[in-house]
Amino acid sequence: MDIVVCVKRVPETAEADIVIDETGKDIDTRGLVFDINEWDNYAVEEAVLLKEKYGGSVTVVSMGPQESNETLRRALAMGADEAIRLTDPAFSGSDGYAIARILGEAIRPLAYDLILTGVQAEDDGYGQVGPTLAEMLGIGHAAVVNMIERIDGGRARIHRELEGGLEEVLDLELPAVLTIQSGINEPRYVSIMGIRRVAKKEIRVLGLADLALKEDETGEQGSKSVVERVFLPPAGEGAQMLEGSVESLAESVVSILKEKGGLA
Amino acid sequence: MEDIFVLAEHRQGELRDITFEMLTKGKAMAEETGTSLAAVLLGHGVGKMAEQLKDKANRVILVEDPRLETYNSEAYERVLAELLEGENPRLLLIGHTAFGMDLAPSLATRIRVPIATDCIDVTIRDGEVRATRQVYGGKLNVEVRLKPAPQSVITIRPASFTVEEYSLTGEIVTVASPMEEEIVSKRFVEYVEAAAGEVDITQANILVSVGRGIKDQDNIPMVKELADALGAALSCSRPVVDKKWLPKERQVGTSGKTVKPKVYIAIGISGAFQHVAGMKGSGTIIAINKDPKAPIFSVAHYGIVGDLFKIVPALKEKVKEVFA
Ligand SMILES: Cc1cc2nc3c(=O)[nH]c(=O)nc-3n(C[C@H](O)[C@H](O)[C@H](O)COP(=O)(O)OP(=O)(O)OC[C@H]3O[C@@H](n4cnc5c(N)ncnc54)[C@H](O)[C@@H]3O)c2cc1C
Repeated sequence: MDIVVCVKRVPETAEADIVIDETGKDIDTRGLVFDINEWDNYAVEEAVLLKEKYGGSVTVVSMGPQESNETLRRALAMGADEAIRLTDPAFSGSDGYAIARILGEAIRPLAYDLILTGVQAEDDGYGQVGPTLAEMLGIGHAAVVNMIERIDGGRARIHRELEGGLEEVLDLELPAVLTIQSGINEPRYVSIMGIRRVAKKEIRVLGLADLALKEDETGEQGSKSVVERVFLPPAGEGAQMLEGSVESLAESVVSILKEKGGLA
Repeated sequence: MEDIFVLAEHRQGELRDITFEMLTKGKAMAEETGTSLAAVLLGHGVGKMAEQLKDKANRVILVEDPRLETYNSEAYERVLAELLEGENPRLLLIGHTAFGMDLAPSLATRIRVPIATDCIDVTIRDGEVRATRQVYGGKLNVEVRLKPAPQSVITIRPASFTVEEYSLTGEIVTVASPMEEEIVSKRFVEYVEAAAGEVDITQANILVSVGRGIKDQDNIPMVKELADALGAALSCSRPVVDKKWLPKERQVGTSGKTVKPKVYIAIGISGAFQHVAGMKGSGTIIAINKDPKAPIFSVAHYGIVGDLFKIVPALKEKVKEVFA
């Protein structure tokens, strides 16, 4: 079982203040903390678990700047065998389609039975790259996978998570792309020591010229969609904000509970 | 013909809400652009659903095939690719659901048309398709423009549009399935329902719901105590379940439960749309979050910006004092 996992380094923004940058088309990432995309972390773990069960190799691929090496090293520390970073000035401005194409050209010459990606990225949230990649490589796919039951005879028995707690069980021919849903496993802890241990491992860096891609097939030119602008969501109706000391906040909530919750 | 197409989503014999949400939007777009609206229904033995869709579109394009009985991306893609080539609609709307997330991107790639996923709005202006997406967990909106193309695909986030009552004089047009051979690369096996847990959070009057802001499993009892003091049930967002801090039956959201308690207290929950979809029907929503820009504050009725580790204990004391 040779498995390729696509991973992305993303800023953590759930608790951060988002500032729009001077281009008006993205955010200012200075001062933000970056980490592996949440869903990709589960994908790497699943790949390593599959390797432990069925043998084979795990290769992690990331498109991004030098800092993406951190994410690749983290995956190597989790048990991946090889890492590839894709970078080129021509890649910037790529949408989900162009990203899939770049990843696809890097993966095409590799040996793979399975390609895993996260369901979506925490930053741009396309949820598009995995299935697009599959189509480009001419192989099957399944999105939102929350269980890989077994793999045998060149087929995989997998579960897709649907809405409301329902799952769909599928039998799928390999090679295929699976987009991995959070909660499929418990990603192992990665220690600083673990990352240090893989510090010397080579990360292969590939650019446009290495990928049999033309410049106009990547970046904004190779994209199917163009970002026009980003803006803060309109405030909407908005909540009535409660203010004051912790004590008075507690009192306010209690009176809301009395009134709206029917508590006496 | 420059139609707006909506791909009907159905499962286990039922049309899903997203279908009607997209049709409402599709009708408005068709009116604005002077075109017509078609609902595309693929399945097997789905005549009843076609009838249900009949007055919601100008046409219901129905393709029946035993191989479309359950959803299979391979079968759907083949049928849709053929259909779209023949019909040449301007725009195809698909739900950004487990169904659409699986189908839409590869379909668009197969038929070589632009796609924008997880959109909360879409317009056709000066012949160009523009869409609004949310990124960074709902903290930022992005306006995207699709490159000029005869057709485009947009996936629509559930609950982006409110279903409206209207009546069109639709006709059902049956199209023969173009599929010839069996699909062997991918086979549907079965559906599995989530096992029912001990607690049914959908029945609670008051829910105290906790998110990733709780930081550690050891802090869960603090929220549980508050719930107990209120006679409320404890629920949570997805990361709390993923980390196994609480069982799946407590999860609120698209892939969890839909709840409608009298009061929903969201503690350390950012307000991602998959969570909000499960709780926005609550009578009164109170959100506690240290980030004043957390998207949860746009659905909450009351908001407290602050550290849950200070607010929850104080609230618990007060509740005990008043309701003991
Ligand atoms: C297909 C699919 C299905 C999904 N289904 C669901 C679903 O059913 N339910 C669901 O919930 N999610 C679901 N998700 C996940 C969803 O996208 C979000 O990742 C998730 O809801 C985030 O949970 P959260 O708000 O608890 O965590 P985060 O987004 O990490 O937010 C944590 C919040 O806590 C606040 N906080 C941190 N510390 C404190 C403190 N000390 N005091 C006060 N506030 C604090 C932060 O400001 C932040 O707003 C799904 C995703 C996908 C792709």
